[in-house]
Amino acid sequence: MTSLSHGLGSSVGRKLVVAVTGLALLGFVLGHMVGNLQLFLGQDALNGYAALIKSKPALLWGARLGLLAFVGAHVVLALELAAENKAARPHGYAAPGRIQSTPNARSMTLTGLMILAFVIYHLAHLTWGVTHPADHALVQTLADGTTRPDVFSAVVLGFQDPLVAGAYLVAMLLLGLHIGHGIQSVFQSLGLTTSSSRGTFAKLGAGLTWLIVIGNCAMPVAVLAGVITLPEGVA
Amino acid sequence: MNITVRVWRQEGPAATGHLETIEATDVSADSSFLEMLDLVNERLISAGREPIAFDHDCREGICGMCSLVIDGVPHGPRRATTTCQLHMRSFTDGATITIEPFRAKAFGVLRDLVVDRSGFDRIIQAGGYASVNTGGAPDANAIPIGKGEADLAMDAAACIGCGACVAACPNASAMLFTAAKVAHYGHLPQGEPERDRRVTRMVETMDAEGFGNCRNYYECEAACPKEIPVDFIAELNRDFRRATVQGGSR
Ligand code: HEM
Ligand code: FES
Repeated sequence: MTSLSHGLGSSVGRKLVVAVTGLALLGFVLGHMVGNLQLFLGQDALNGYAALIKSKPALLWGARLGLLAFVGAHVVLALELAAENKAARPHGYAAPGRIQSTPNARSMTLTGLMILAFVIYHLAHLTWGVTHPADHALVQTLADGTTRPDVFSAVVLGFQDPLVAGAYLVAMLLLGLHIGHGIQSVFQSLGLTTSSSRGTFAKLGAGLTWLIVIGNCAMPVAVLAGVITLPEGVA
Repeated sequence: MNITVRVWRQEGPAATGHLETIEATDVSADSSFLEMLDLVNERLISAGREPIAFDHDCREGICGMCSLVIDGVPHGPRRATTTCQLHMRSFTDGATITIEPFRAKAFGVLRDLVVDRSGFDRIIQAGGYASVNTGGAPDANAIPIGKGEADLAMDAAACIGCGACVAACPNASAMLFTAAKVAHYGHLPQGEPERDRRVTRMVETMDAEGFGNCRNYYECEAACPKEIPVDFIAELNRDFRRATVQGGSR
């Protein structure tokens, strides 16, 4: 009988891994968004949330390494499948046609790679403090005199720059294209789609995609529009 | 009607081909697409030239031999219609029609518009069957099968194995064909004993033949002259997951 590793190495098996890791990344994106929406609750809420995460290093590093593994598997396998697909049609059509495949389905590799580039920029901005070191070094002093990183102000200062906010907005639209095809695709790859559930999964995908795009875009838009401003004393 | 065809000419598997432009005048709007090519060929032969090689057999939409990518779409512009059942009235007078062979590494061009689709035969040999013991003919209806399941098996069995799914797929994947063949047995009790082995072996052969990987574009479903739905691909994915990842037993 076919072994597990042999099965997972096949076309269908690798696509299954892309689907499972894509689903896990989607879960992360949702959780990440819900946490970050505390930006709307103010400096204390967001900074408290950031401090809470940082206070559990074992959990934090476990999640980070897990995410790294998922992203790695997702990207490597997706690119490998894409390269094989290119090789499977060495001679293209002189008059190529398209019937019902969507442009976002056909640009998964491109949108995926651009998301990857954005993720690296995003980490350099807010996690590593490479692009805005002064913002990254800001601290909030609490009533008892202790200090904690002022994530809230770093985010707001970043988004006050239209170029930075614009990069985030564009990236979220690209993510929307990616998961707009990806979510319904996961159900197909996992073999859960049936003729009666297909429409439901497509709607679920569209709904979740809009939720994620709107939720994430709300933050830079609110800062640009002046709805969210810097706390007193931060310049 | 008068039309212009741009048709792929290639002398053999190793030759480099090219698109040749041929004027086809006085074509009846009621002739089929293949009859139009017959007419073009008769004129080519009269002029002492090589006729265009293309595949066909039944000309009634059931054998799966006709192929052709017509203006970028396998079997041409009409939904649920094989090339042999397509008529010239589906085109406008004066149109230029581009005719190309099915394109895939796994479907090498043999000559002009004829490609080698024997990869499909090898996928079938790998598992597209149900083993039965020989002996006296079993009683008809000895195994009751629900109407719903029987209908689904018939829907899958409608696949004529033409290869339009591969030709339409931007990834040259044979998943719709393979899935239809897997499902056609999977919905019948006779197919049950070999369920796991069937799906793993057929997928293995499909990969080895050099077909691409399915990315859920669903272009195949729209091109399929028998309207096989991609729901069968989900079924293949489910069977495959159960057979390999979840440690199938058969
Ligand atoms: C937040 C990050 C990401 C999320 C939430 C995500 C989500 C998904 C989902 C849900 C799918 C559908 C899986 C399926 O079709 O069954 C998918 C597919 C895909 N992803 Fe991502 N992805 C992310 C990042 C990336 C990155 C960085 C790349 C880089 C190349 C990438 C490349 C792809 C490709 C090429 C596919 C299609 C694979 C195929 O159909 O064969 N993704 N992704
Ligand atoms: S020639 Fe038989 S299906 Fe078209």
